Amino acid sequence: MTTNHRAARRRGTAYGVKAAPYGFLAPAVVLFALFFALPIGYALWLSLRKIEISGLGLGKGARQEVWAGLENYTATLTDAELGHGALRVLGYGAIVVPVMLGLALLFALLLDSERVRARSFSRLAIFLPYAIPGVIAALLWGFLYLPDVSPFHYALDRLGLPGPDLLDGGPLFLSLANIAVWGGTGFNMIVIYTSLRSIPAEVYEAAKLDGASPLQIALRVKIPMVAPSLVLTFFFSVIATLQVFSEPTTLKPLTNGVSTTWSPLMKVYNDAFVNGNIHAASATAVVLAAATFVLSFGLLRLANSRTAQGETR
Amino acid sequence: MTTLAAPPSARKRPPAAGTTPGTAQGPPRPRRTALLPTAVLALGALYCLLPVAWVLVASTKSGTELFSTFSFLPGTGFTGNVTDLSAHRDGVYWQWMANSLLYAGLGAVLSTAVSACAGYALAMYRFRGRETVFHVILAGVLVPPVILAIPQYLLMAEAGMADTRLSVLLPLILSPYGVYLGRIYARAAIPAELIEAGRMDGAGEGRIFLRIAVPMMAPGLVTIFLFQFVAIWNNFLLPYIMLGDDTKFPMTVGLFTLLAQGSNTPALYTLVITGALLAIAPLIALFLVIQRFWSLDLLSGAVKS
Repeated sequence: MTTNHRAARRRGTAYGVKAAPYGFLAPAVVLFALFFALPIGYALWLSLRKIEISGLGLGKGARQEVWAGLENYTATLTDAELGHGALRVLGYGAIVVPVMLGLALLFALLLDSERVRARSFSRLAIFLPYAIPGVIAALLWGFLYLPDVSPFHYALDRLGLPGPDLLDGGPLFLSLANIAVWGGTGFNMIVIYTSLRSIPAEVYEAAKLDGASPLQIALRVKIPMVAPSLVLTFFFSVIATLQVFSEPTTLKPLTNGVSTTWSPLMKVYNDAFVNGNIHAASATAVVLAAATFVLSFGLLRLANSRTAQGETR
Repeated sequence: MTTLAAPPSARKRPPAAGTTPGTAQGPPRPRRTALLPTAVLALGALYCLLPVAWVLVASTKSGTELFSTFSFLPGTGFTGNVTDLSAHRDGVYWQWMANSLLYAGLGAVLSTAVSACAGYALAMYRFRGRETVFHVILAGVLVPPVILAIPQYLLMAEAGMADTRLSVLLPLILSPYGVYLGRIYARAAIPAELIEAGRMDGAGEGRIFLRIAVPMMAPGLVTIFLFQFVAIWNNFLLPYIMLGDDTKFPMTVGLFTLLAQGSNTPALYTLVITGALLAIAPLIALFLVIQRFWSLDLLSGAVKS
């Protein structure tokens, strides 16, 4: 690089200027090729291969990697346990995404309201869980769900009521959803709040002069104006939710209610590193990634067409 | 929303930061505290602080107190717990802490440097393939970590680097979101005329970048650093897959294995809880310190005009 600069300085030409952006981009491009493009290609390749075992599978050459065609994909798509996992995660996502974004929007609107007190304290407190790893969040809540430790069970016990098992069956979904909502609301709130604050004041002034109440302004002016950031937070929340892994994995030691294949991602991990079938795991990972793309872009398109309709009206 | 008269005590308080001066007791039209919205927001804050408050209390409990006393009743065993935690397997816990700081600290520094260079190039130069490069890197945001993690592990194993510190550090250096933020900040903060002036004075491109661009992008670079620091600090999947030797574990994987062992020996639970408290303390402290001169808004790519 230094030679380029010297050359440019000497000649005073645009040579250095022309080469410079490629130099600046080189580290990013090399890292992208090594840690994004290459692994994706390798995963696709692996998903089309399989291990063929001849005889008893002992000795050299008994295990051979051969072409599998779409075999791994057929197996993935017809796997009942994976289907159940997908349904569990869809159910979980159907709770997490609306509740988390609803709360994020509500808190952002309240932060943006003039007559609300202790805003900087609340903002920081609600943002705080962002700095806490999902594993530790799941660990903290996991203890708060354990009957012997939980304040909820303590209170119910004092009232003479039986405490529900928060780590199994239906309540488990709510317990897991709660961890995600707790962890994700603050960041989304900040994104929406930032977008609220970029709305010029004149927009409200007109509504205020017309005698609109703060609630009306929030519903009719503010929410439509932050629609793009809502769509964005929605999009990323869906992607993150479908890939849930750390939280159920962390709760597993505390309960029998979470199986090793509770979420599709846990199944991928299990296939690859417990059962040692990297080919099946790669096919499942590719299907999972494709499903995430289709679902998140489908929802994004739906949301965008809604927003567009709202604007033309 | 319903507005109720504020109690007198609330009116005496000085206006909260960010409110227009005089809103609390301005003579022409006194604005009152909106009680219900304030209460709702405070409730949200309380909900978010609840587990943190609990772990603060629970870390003071001895093993028997944990399962026998009320959740929020402080115990007597804090120093004992910290001593036990430090003694556990020759202090492996502090090794995890050091590892997490190394992965997140060094990883975030490198990530910020790569994002700054790439973002600057994408914002300030016009060249062939610029938009293609930008969009391909940005699409990386959408790639689920799962599809990357397994082949990344296999490729690392192939290269003989599985179960090394580098195998956790290297894959997280490039952050597509970091590059995206870098481009936004560079475009917003650096006037093109200044770059031209630097060239007129005969400064090389690298010198212009380091001496003119980097200082102007500084608030944005702090943001990228924090974003990546938190992302790596919070990461679980990659180190969980890559590492087998527990002296290389980051905090997340370490505490997870401790918890998993605890299901057989509940005595480890107090260690897990104390460990969790000590693990979240540095990041909370970091945010409390940094928020004085850094705005949370920057995190979503907001740029003040």
